[in-house]
Amino acid sequence: MTIGQTVAEKIISAHAGRAVYAGEVAIVRVDGVMATDATAPLALKAFNEMGGVKPWDASRVSMILDHASPAPNERVGSLHKLIRDFAFEHSCHFYDVGAGICHQLMVENAHVKPGDLFLGADSHTPTYGALNALAMGVGSTDLAATLLTGKTWLKVPRTLKIILTGRLNPGVSAKDIILALCGLIGSDGARYMSVEFTGEAVKIMTLASRMVLANMVAEMGGKCASVDPDGLVLPYDWTPTTPDYDAEYARVVTFDCDSLTPMVAIPHAPDSVKPISDVAGIPVHQAFIGSCTNARLEDLHAAADVLRGRHIAAGVRLLIAPASNAVFKAALRDGTLETLTDAGAVFITSGCGPCVGTHLGVPGDGETVISSTNRNFRGRMGNPNALVYLSSPAVVAASAVMGVITDPLKVMA
Amino acid sequence: MSDLIGKVHAYGDDIDTDRIIPGKYTKTLDFSQLAAHVLEDLDPDFKTTVQAGDILAAGENFGCGSSREQAPVAIQAAGVSVVIARSFARIFYRNAINIGLPVVEAPTHTLQMGHQARVDLLGGVVENLTTGETYPATRMPDVMLDILKAGGLVAYLREKGDF
Repeated sequence: MTIGQTVAEKIISAHAGRAVYAGEVAIVRVDGVMATDATAPLALKAFNEMGGVKPWDASRVSMILDHASPAPNERVGSLHKLIRDFAFEHSCHFYDVGAGICHQLMVENAHVKPGDLFLGADSHTPTYGALNALAMGVGSTDLAATLLTGKTWLKVPRTLKIILTGRLNPGVSAKDIILALCGLIGSDGARYMSVEFTGEAVKIMTLASRMVLANMVAEMGGKCASVDPDGLVLPYDWTPTTPDYDAEYARVVTFDCDSLTPMVAIPHAPDSVKPISDVAGIPVHQAFIGSCTNARLEDLHAAADVLRGRHIAAGVRLLIAPASNAVFKAALRDGTLETLTDAGAVFITSGCGPCVGTHLGVPGDGETVISSTNRNFRGRMGNPNALVYLSSPAVVAASAVMGVITDPLKVMA
Repeated sequence: MSDLIGKVHAYGDDIDTDRIIPGKYTKTLDFSQLAAHVLEDLDPDFKTTVQAGDILAAGENFGCGSSREQAPVAIQAAGVSVVIARSFARIFYRNAINIGLPVVEAPTHTLQMGHQARVDLLGGVVENLTTGETYPATRMPDVMLDILKAGGLVAYLREKGDF
């Protein structure tokens, strides 16, 4: 008798060489790995200590300088050099200063594809679940082990299934859905689990929006994500992996998008989530559009739709770090860049800097930030005495215009 | 592996990796620099009061957030012998085992600041030496136990060469 499998069970089975189910421990073949300047130095140190000479397959290894890039000081500059030298010596895929944010680059450059089992030394690696791949965040030493062996060990996760019904209202986006879900599920509600997203609202989503959903599974404690591949358009041939009708789920949650309004996570936790009506009017000092969650072209378009013909309020700065150089160039070509800069936005290098508090926009004591990023833990943006609110890019843009947290529909009306 | 005995530093639920070691301090391979800032946004006194062999105890979802391995490295470099939590975020849990920092999931523990505790890693028991209570620990997968016994994943792979 065979038992139905979830997407996670199917992809892990294909890489373990046997059928496995939730709870089992498996040794699996890994299709690709990536590490950043935040995690690669420790990974390379561990790799050397393991006796590693060269990666098991350099064509499956990517290294990205995005977390503190360009280097803000000599220490980071030297760590960048360490990574750059390794990548060149072994002919790994290498993305230097300003190329973009790791997760965007992995997807843009097809280093991860549907059906792959992928490890990233970054907690937002589940993002590739948008591509129907199974991707997990690991630390540096786990990554080093895969660099050495091409394999990892893992426990097959149970799966939380989320069914998104209905349609989004104007001014509401995938970010609002995932923020609402973080509030509903909680910071550890999907701990150790795979999260499958399906339902009519998913099937009409762009790849960029699917990436937003999968990305913030990390904020529910999830191990990996899988977005229903129905409706997914990719520029190459691929075969979808879908769950069996009789797959077993740890929990099934149905969420109706019809009545959803913009959502905001309040300090200091991504699962402290309120509808915008509860927080509207709170003064903001810095507005930021960036990160692996929300800095793609559709996010810049959403901000431009709010900001077109308007200007940000006095006393507010609006910083934008596009998800990649490719996104930046697309926004340059289609005029979005001009709309945003005319409105007072300042563009900074593609990368993670402000989100992870390393440089390029650390808030002052007592300041409030509205940000399209994924985490607002105390100190996350580099100052434990600042307050960070998380929202969609449209809410960030509207709040920058009014100087207070604002529903984008109120600006555009 | 012998029992670990030490003084407990106890904290609450959802202690995230930014509060264990802020991102701005992680860009270094000098582990003493990590220890110098460990838990500083959670408890500014911890880094000066912690003694070698002390035990860190927490509630649910300890180590949530980032994949930064500098979080368990900072705790280890500060001299902590073992972390006990009611539950752990998964990447932190793996990272800790991989670097040879013992972690114990004890879902029922009620350890408080200043208690003395004993941890029997292989037996899977945490004993509160102050109150006399014992708390069962969740058994970790065999592969994890083997990695921990080897002293971490580097030593494990140096020895075995493969999984």
